Amino acid sequence: MTATKTAAPNSTRPRRGRRKPRAAEDSPGGHGQSRASQIFVLTGLALFFVYSVAPVWWLIVAATKDQRDLYASAGVEGLWFKDFNFVENLTQVLTYDDGIFARWTLNTIFYSGTGALVSTVIALAAGYGISKFRFRGRGIAMGFIVATFLVPGMLLAFPLYLLFSKLGLVDTAWAVLIPSFINAFSVYLAKVYCDSAVPDELIDAARVDGAGELRVFGQIVVRIMSSGAATIFLLAFVGSWNSFFLPLMMLRGSEKWTLALGLYSWAGKRVETGTDLTGLVIMGALLSIIPLAVFMVAMSRFWRSGVTLGSLK
Amino acid sequence: MTSTGLAPDADVGADARASKRPRHWTYALKWKGAAFTAPFFLGFVLLFIIPLGYAVWQSLYRERAAGSLGLSGTVTEFVGFENFADVFEDPKFWTAMIRVLVFAFILVPVMLSISLAMALLLDMARRTAVRFYRLGFLVPYMVPGIVAALMWIYIYSPRSGPITPVFDGLGIGVNFFASEMLWISIGNLIVWNTIGFNMLIIYAGLLSVPRELFEAARLDGAGEWRIAWSIKIPHVRGPLALTGMLAIINLVQIFNEPVLFRQVSPETVTKDFTPILFIYNQAFNANDYNYAAALSVVLALVVGAVSFVYYKLANRPAS
Repeated sequence: MTATKTAAPNSTRPRRGRRKPRAAEDSPGGHGQSRASQIFVLTGLALFFVYSVAPVWWLIVAATKDQRDLYASAGVEGLWFKDFNFVENLTQVLTYDDGIFARWTLNTIFYSGTGALVSTVIALAAGYGISKFRFRGRGIAMGFIVATFLVPGMLLAFPLYLLFSKLGLVDTAWAVLIPSFINAFSVYLAKVYCDSAVPDELIDAARVDGAGELRVFGQIVVRIMSSGAATIFLLAFVGSWNSFFLPLMMLRGSEKWTLALGLYSWAGKRVETGTDLTGLVIMGALLSIIPLAVFMVAMSRFWRSGVTLGSLK
Repeated sequence: MTSTGLAPDADVGADARASKRPRHWTYALKWKGAAFTAPFFLGFVLLFIIPLGYAVWQSLYRERAAGSLGLSGTVTEFVGFENFADVFEDPKFWTAMIRVLVFAFILVPVMLSISLAMALLLDMARRTAVRFYRLGFLVPYMVPGIVAALMWIYIYSPRSGPITPVFDGLGIGVNFFASEMLWISIGNLIVWNTIGFNMLIIYAGLLSVPRELFEAARLDGAGEWRIAWSIKIPHVRGPLALTGMLAIINLVQIFNEPVLFRQVSPETVTKDFTPILFIYNQAFNANDYNYAAALSVVLALVVGAVSFVYYKLANRPAS
């Protein structure tokens, strides 16, 4: 690595200097590179690409094998297909235990979707309020929001469990939904985004025209902030899709479980009862990635622009 | 706006705006502004402040068996800071704490360096290549944490995975679940799972570097690596510090990965392997909520202290 670093010659640079406008157009940060450093960049990118993608590739291949082939093809063979049993594996996962897997999928979509939607609306309103209004305690409020990033989520989980069990909410969907409604990080993002994207003049002009505050918020602010809101929604959705600790604590009955909980319990069956469900877990793991992957690719225009993420600085 | 400060900084602007508005607006606007934040802060009090207070309150009590009958139930009595005294003398808890702190301080620099390297390479690549690689780099982010851990456990496993047999073929016997390899195995899967998202944040920071700076540096004879080191990296100090801090906070609370590795090798990953695992077992297996509450409060204080020190260090003025 160091050899390539020092070997970046500058033979092409003087010529590049004269072509300034065009060059700045078609290459983001690093035109004017020598051949050696271009090769270095491409090699580095390829290596990281393989590291990122290879495990998922293995998972896809493994999901097409029956359990016998899976164990028989440990090693490099694991990276390529054997007998194609994808459909059999799929039916097995979907029919196991009266199709509980589909139930878990729907639960996860419901918890994540509802949680992210409600928390985004609450965060947008709060972010707008903090960004555009002067009221007493506004500075303290913002301080609290930032401070909660530092409070371990786990610290709150236990007392929350105790409180929810007093309220009779444990082992209901509410126990997972309610905590996901309030997301301090979303409020922070909404506030930062509102600071930069929503012009005060526009709000004042709407007020002069006689629009009520709710209307200003609903028809002007939310529209301007829609791409920021999409990013906030995306992050909240992924966050609750990934959550494990809270559902593990709160949910008892398997019919209310999330995908993560269900797969965890399947994987644990080998230790508890000696039933090896590895094939099911692998297929289930692959299936559990698909909705999130589709969702993220569909929303890619929002995170790709990096609008909101850039404001993290 | 390149400062790492998370604190609000728009107060001055808001003041200036307020003075330009008609006077009768300002009073009403304060209330309306507060009303917009009301749903959040109501939930915030219910889900953050009250549980926090409840945890502290619980940690001051202790359950004792009532009388000699045992079956007649328990009485809860106020014991002041006795639970905390026990926490400070609990070697299992502090062993677990030091374990995760050491882990975090080794892993976070590795994680950030890799994410930064990915972002820098992406920034140097041609724009046509960027889309492809960025999507690839984000694949691990699309895999939920638990699923990533399960997947890597199967990949590490000598029965089903591709890695161990390959190492065996090279004459290197590796057991990814042995105690000396365990943190490397867990560290690798966490790095794999998180670099994509961190890369995205850092890359977004790199895109906001004014392009004219590069031209100017090039005219002065600086090479690409010099530009990366002296212009790009200083510019993304903020995102780096932030992602590093969030990573430390998450790693100290690590729970999912040890729990799953515990299914595979319960003798290596003991039931008090990490602080959260220890607390979880105190609360749900030993049924000692009061002690678990005291442990959680201490854990929160440690996390707070570590983040504070980290924040101060990360925000030192560049020398």
